[in-house]
Amino acid sequence: MLEIKNLHARSEDREILRGINLSVGAGEVHAIMGPNGSGKSTLAHVLAGREDYEVTEGEILYEGKDLLGMEIEERAAEGVFLAYQYPVEISGVSNKYFLKAALNAIRKYHGHPLVSRAEFVELLKENIKLLGMDKNMMDRSVNEGFSGGEKKRNEILQMAMLQPKLAILDETDSGLDIDALKVVADGVNSLRSPERAIIVVTHYQRLLDYIVPDYVHVLAEGKIVRSGDKSLALELEDKGYAFLQTDSEPATAN
Amino acid sequence: MPSENALLEEFAQREYQHGFVTDIEADAIAPGLSEDVVRLISGKKNEPEWLLQWRLKAYRHWLTMEEPKWHNVKYPAIDYQESIYYSAPKQQVKLNSLDEVNPRLLETYEKLGIPLEEQKALAGVAVDAVFDSVSITTTYREALEKHGVIFGPFSEAVHRYPELVKKYLGSVIPYSDNFFAALNSAVFSDGSFCYIPKGVRCPLELSTYFRINAQNTGQFERTLIIAEEGSYVSYLEGCTAPKRDENQLHAAVVELVAMEDAQIKYSTVQNWYPGDANGKGGIYNFVTKRGACRGDNSKISWTQVETGSAITWKYPSVILQGDNSVGEFYSVAVTANHQQADTGSKMIHIGKNTKSTIISKGISAGVGQNNYRGQVKVMKGATNARNFSQCDSLLIGDRCGAHTFPYIEVRNSTAKVEHEASTSKVGEDQIYYLRQRGLPTEDAVNMIVNGFCKEVYDVLPMEFAVEARKLLSVSLEGSVG
Repeated sequence: MLEIKNLHARSEDREILRGINLSVGAGEVHAIMGPNGSGKSTLAHVLAGREDYEVTEGEILYEGKDLLGMEIEERAAEGVFLAYQYPVEISGVSNKYFLKAALNAIRKYHGHPLVSRAEFVELLKENIKLLGMDKNMMDRSVNEGFSGGEKKRNEILQMAMLQPKLAILDETDSGLDIDALKVVADGVNSLRSPERAIIVVTHYQRLLDYIVPDYVHVLAEGKIVRSGDKSLALELEDKGYAFLQTDSEPATAN
Repeated sequence: MPSENALLEEFAQREYQHGFVTDIEADAIAPGLSEDVVRLISGKKNEPEWLLQWRLKAYRHWLTMEEPKWHNVKYPAIDYQESIYYSAPKQQVKLNSLDEVNPRLLETYEKLGIPLEEQKALAGVAVDAVFDSVSITTTYREALEKHGVIFGPFSEAVHRYPELVKKYLGSVIPYSDNFFAALNSAVFSDGSFCYIPKGVRCPLELSTYFRINAQNTGQFERTLIIAEEGSYVSYLEGCTAPKRDENQLHAAVVELVAMEDAQIKYSTVQNWYPGDANGKGGIYNFVTKRGACRGDNSKISWTQVETGSAITWKYPSVILQGDNSVGEFYSVAVTANHQQADTGSKMIHIGKNTKSTIISKGISAGVGQNNYRGQVKVMKGATNARNFSQCDSLLIGDRCGAHTFPYIEVRNSTAKVEHEASTSKVGEDQIYYLRQRGLPTEDAVNMIVNGFCKEVYDVLPMEFAVEARKLLSVSLEGSVG
């Protein structure tokens, strides 16, 4: 589903991604780990299309299409979803209103009929239940006054509502206590499907106990230095990222 | 005094410069302002002597006044002798079809969902006989008359209800109040007169659309609304369609009087021609609006959505005379491209237990400059006064400006006055987030802006609220990216 070839990207003054190669297939869960500043979040945002980052080299094929040539909203409509590490607040716009507008924007893009009120309410009810959220939160402004955990849950709720093909979770576990983590992980797991690919960006191995990955890649200094299966994550937890220095060699994933 | 022929020629030439087809009537007067012009205007309307005298007193007073300079908006000096102060309605330029109208204007009408016939009327296209606006107006007036509600042109009220007009004209805004009020008082063209009798809750929302010749009232509109004891009226002024006018200065005066237990709700949507993308042309909207809560327990609410005009300069205010009276001001003011606004409200607390609320939302884009200027004054005898003011500014892009000038004067120690202000930028982050959920940039900005304005939209009459959202998105087109 996703082919990243020799991706180089910079922000303002420095190069952050220095030749990323990664392949992600439908139905797979890939974890991206690495020390601070390695470029994990940058990779997530470059996939989403954030304009602060300039891609200087390389290409990204999403379902065979040139992802880098697509606008942010186009990528979203084609099924790319980013669960933000720091979701923004949007005052005066209710969660309900925003979700419906997003859903319809995507439907409109595909020439599908817009979602009816009844359909939307049903869909929302189901997913709120799935994530153990309070339905009153839907009338509040997007992320306004939400705790860290509630914000992360809201991201997964949106994912459940928009049903993306490629979901990228950017440090979804940061700031979550164990219980919140479990709820979020359950939500993500329920969205696993043979048609869907999930990339989980995380610092810590802990999340991966709940969202068990098929592949783990370690990003360091803008490159993937090591790839493996879920046991790699356990190894990292045990030894830390430093052990990779001795053992490093730019590798292509898969 | 030049011959009639010479005058007509001069007028014809002036119109030609703008490329329109002219339709000349014998009713033209030369540009310029003098006592003769004031007499002429009054004469054309067959006004009673007392009104002519009032105009003349205003004119003479105006001559002694100096144009105020404390505002935070810039504009080239106005030559008061250059305007034409009287223009017979028939003089309005008539185009032959919509094809002759600026396509951008038509595009805007389409976006605002204005029906074709209305588009013609607004653009100055000769309207088909089939579209009978007069019959619509008649039905409306009949419904009102059943309840004893008077609603019609000011010029008509002068003849039909002179006692009422005489009693209240200038009672809230005397001609000496300010430079533009004096000018208006001298040369006002026409406007609305509205009277709600005791205990009557006006059954319909009064809309200026239903007033005869709504679009021809000209630059110096004069409106007077009187709500007797226990009455209620909701009045809607303006329309969302952009209107062009040859005359640049629009100095209207609106006076509201609310007696005991009465309520007046006055809503405005203003979208006058804002000037082109380079800041040329555009209307100066210099308005004096004030409501007097004369009776106990009375309430006056001003709600405005100002998206047009090159310069908007107005402070709809409320004088809280009656005990327990309430004043409210809800505003959204947009300055995009080169527009400027200096707007806000004054709440003067005089009676006991009076309450006022000011919610002002300013949106700046392009190189627009938005100023909030508010005054909350609590007089010595105003025991237990309460005020809450919130002025929020939203900046779109990095070349616009938002400025706040709050004035708070409290002379009674039992008063509670709260002022909150916030300035925010439409965050790149917010737009990114919304785009990542599938919303194109324009939609994202509109969503954020409408969310910002929600508090004001919530108090707008429903039809205006729907129009206001559309209007804001049209006004902000091209402001991002």
